[in-house]
Amino acid sequence: MIEKPGTSKAAIRAEAERVFAAFQAAGAVPIDADILLPAETLLDLYGEDIRARAYVTTDPLQGEMMLRPDFTVPVVQAHMADGADPARYCYLGDVFRKQDHLGNRSSATLQVGFEVFDRQAPEAADAEVFALFRDVLAGLPIRAVTGDIGILMAAVRGLATTDRRKAALLRHIWRPQRFRALLDRFSGRAPISAARAALLERLAAGAPEELIAAAGPLVGLREAEEIGARAEALLEDAKAAPISALEAAMLYDLLQLQAPAGVALAHLRGISAHLPAIVPAVDRFASRLEALAARAVDVAALAFEASHGRTAMEYYDGFVFSFVGGDEVVASGGRYDALTAVLGQRRSIPAVGGIVRPHLVAALRGTV
Amino acid sequence: MVKIGVPSKGRLMEKTFEWFGARGLKMAKTGSEREYAGVVEGGGVELVMLSAGEIPRELAAGRIDLGVTGTDLVRDKLADWDRQVSEVAALGFGHADLIIAVPMAWIDVETLDDLDAAAAAFRARHGFRLRIATKYHRLVRDHLTAQGVADYQLVDSQGATEGTVKNLTAEAIADITSSGETLRANHLKVLSDAVILKSQAMLYRSALAQGAEVSALLDRIGLLQ
Repeated sequence: MIEKPGTSKAAIRAEAERVFAAFQAAGAVPIDADILLPAETLLDLYGEDIRARAYVTTDPLQGEMMLRPDFTVPVVQAHMADGADPARYCYLGDVFRKQDHLGNRSSATLQVGFEVFDRQAPEAADAEVFALFRDVLAGLPIRAVTGDIGILMAAVRGLATTDRRKAALLRHIWRPQRFRALLDRFSGRAPISAARAALLERLAAGAPEELIAAAGPLVGLREAEEIGARAEALLEDAKAAPISALEAAMLYDLLQLQAPAGVALAHLRGISAHLPAIVPAVDRFASRLEALAARAVDVAALAFEASHGRTAMEYYDGFVFSFVGGDEVVASGGRYDALTAVLGQRRSIPAVGGIVRPHLVAALRGTV
Repeated sequence: MVKIGVPSKGRLMEKTFEWFGARGLKMAKTGSEREYAGVVEGGGVELVMLSAGEIPRELAAGRIDLGVTGTDLVRDKLADWDRQVSEVAALGFGHADLIIAVPMAWIDVETLDDLDAAAAAFRARHGFRLRIATKYHRLVRDHLTAQGVADYQLVDSQGATEGTVKNLTAEAIADITSSGETLRANHLKVLSDAVILKSQAMLYRSALAQGAEVSALLDRIGLLQ
């Protein structure tokens, strides 16, 4: 559809161009990404969450292709393929998401993004990105919320429990309900379910190979060895001691922590006596606050929520932030060091960035 | 003229005719055995013979005012289904459960919780997500998301879904089952806590249906809402 200047589409485009120019002025190199991307990498990374929302189509030669659901993945891939670091990139373009509910949300929305790939001083880079977003959104009726997935991950990694339980908890950091259910079970707060108790009883009754053979013909790719390994893991887990009440209480406390950043830091220092594994992550949080303060962010008032970002796409693994206006997330971003390792074929680089949604900026300004 | 969409063949059609007949609305097929045409005695009602799978879409578009189809189809095919159609009456037949099933030999998997853990290990070992074959993409995905299951992928299967595991195109299935015999014959078992939907035949009214005329008809057959 072609729209004349002065219409809403033009106002949104103008807002996007303004932010894009600000990102370039901050030293970012504009980067382009294909609109049609191979689906496999994105599906493997995001799973069914993205399949439900993205436009997937089939190309007779290239196989499953996807209309660009976000820029992060193609930008990381481009950087890992031939970018020298440190690097700062920015982009402007449509992303495509199916809208699964009735209403007037658009399936194609403009995004403007800024990404930093830098091995030096990650906390300074976090602060740089946050302050830049604050500046381009200055004057809007929005509030900032920050978090740090790295502290949660450090707390889980430091639990005095089996590696298997830690891995299960880490895997579900992004699914808060499931995480909670696992933690309740591992800490003995929730009783073992009748189904699980019956299963354990059956598994304890004989060698896995015999039980498998007795259960029925084995069909499918999953082999007897894999089934046996999990059966043994279940029996082993049933014997493991529960996560201590103190550690569990500290973790529950951490998950619920919501406070101004300065107060949150003091609180985290307090609980790190009982969760010593989080000390390095809390130190990074402290140095990020210093870097933010150096960029004139009022850290005494900055909202911090330890669980912020947990329901977003599961690639953030450190600092996370959102700028919220009304019920809408106008801009958001965070650190995703692990994603670069996943996409970089064994190479990785610390990375942080975020996106602005210009249609929401324009809506807040009243220009659409 | 009120348009009613009914399944165009098989037991579902016969039972639907019986159900309306018992309420004084006599329906019958017309023309040859193979022609998809029918009439309703008494006038004022047009019968539209459709595949049960197309009835949700036709209701949503308002091309039919009323329609009989399975709750599974409406909830899987329509986004925000309850804003596009409303349930008028459960017809009491066509009962079937949408379930998740895995190989019987998976002695370590009884619940969705187990499936989730098995999926994590499967992905680590095989390098791709555990595949669940289904045609009910929306219902299965919504359920697994709500239950916090990860590391799986849905693969489309429009028929003979129980065979996909043996054919190595899926590790598990999600499908409608009424008796479980086909599952057993294909060496599969149902997860104990994974009934995604208890489906049955339902009379739906389109949100776009013409008001007074449809209400008058529903009144006539004793179903005034």
